[in-house]
Amino acid sequence: MLAHSLFFYFFSTITVFSATMVIFSRNTVHAVFFLILVFVTVSMLFIMIGAEFLGMIMLIVYVGAVSVLFLFVVMMLNISEQKMKRPTRKGLINNISVGSFVGLVIFLEMLIIIGGWKYKSDFYLFSDKNLNESISNTHALGSVLYTDYIHLFQISGMILLISMIGAITLTFKKRENIKRQNYFDQIQRDKTSAVSLVEVESGKGVKLDD
Amino acid sequence: MTEIGLSHYLTLAAIIFSIGIIGIFLNRKNVIIILMSIELILLAVNINLVSFSIYLQNLVGQIFTIFILTVAAAEAAVGLAIIVIYYKNKGSINVDQISSLKG
Repeated sequence: MLAHSLFFYFFSTITVFSATMVIFSRNTVHAVFFLILVFVTVSMLFIMIGAEFLGMIMLIVYVGAVSVLFLFVVMMLNISEQKMKRPTRKGLINNISVGSFVGLVIFLEMLIIIGGWKYKSDFYLFSDKNLNESISNTHALGSVLYTDYIHLFQISGMILLISMIGAITLTFKKRENIKRQNYFDQIQRDKTSAVSLVEVESGKGVKLDD
Repeated sequence: MTEIGLSHYLTLAAIIFSIGIIGIFLNRKNVIIILMSIELILLAVNINLVSFSIYLQNLVGQIFTIFILTVAAAEAAVGLAIIVIYYKNKGSINVDQISSLKG
């Protein structure tokens, strides 16, 4: 139990520190690296409390995909010149005061909720999806996800597809002056439109209209 | 203090959530930091769901965490695409200068 608490405090300290660094660091690349650190430590916390599958998925999806996407965009855009321009002092003070006020209010509200929270002692007995110690976490998740939540699972796949299409159509740029394939026209061609017989007089040659 | 319970995890999630909120308000430099703050907020929600799921011995919380993960990934992809196209058009992603909608 002592090891558990030690690890919890270790990981949560790193998490809070690096989350703070995400929003305060001047260099955006550093911010992305701190975001990766947040995700890694939180996935460690997930593994620690027994949600191994989600911890690993966090590593794969967030660290492997989302953070790399952020890094790509940060490095693709030229942000280094913006780093030079410091925000004006007055605007910064205003933002800090408003932001920390709202953040503190929300934090205190949540602390009040957490501190005064009580629930019925037999609350979890009403559910039929209880954790079973005899099978692994991944097995249990799969047996619920692919049966009872199959429709939500399919819909989330549709969301991913739609977001992929959206991202591609947003960044797709139609360029002029390049030859493209036009499948419809190509298939529509037949010999009456493509081939023409020309009577060639000797010594004159043929003029092709391009 | 040595006994780590539900409230510890909830407090951690609350701290991360508040940091995300502060990050959204605070940052006037570029939009990417704001997107990262949104990721932090979603992460806090995930921590909440997983800790409740473990504490109540109920799997549904973890199922919904997977869905939130999906939506967060989709949101990041579309948001970053919007940022890229905005940068192509305007040459800057400074939050203060994004005011075209004001007219």
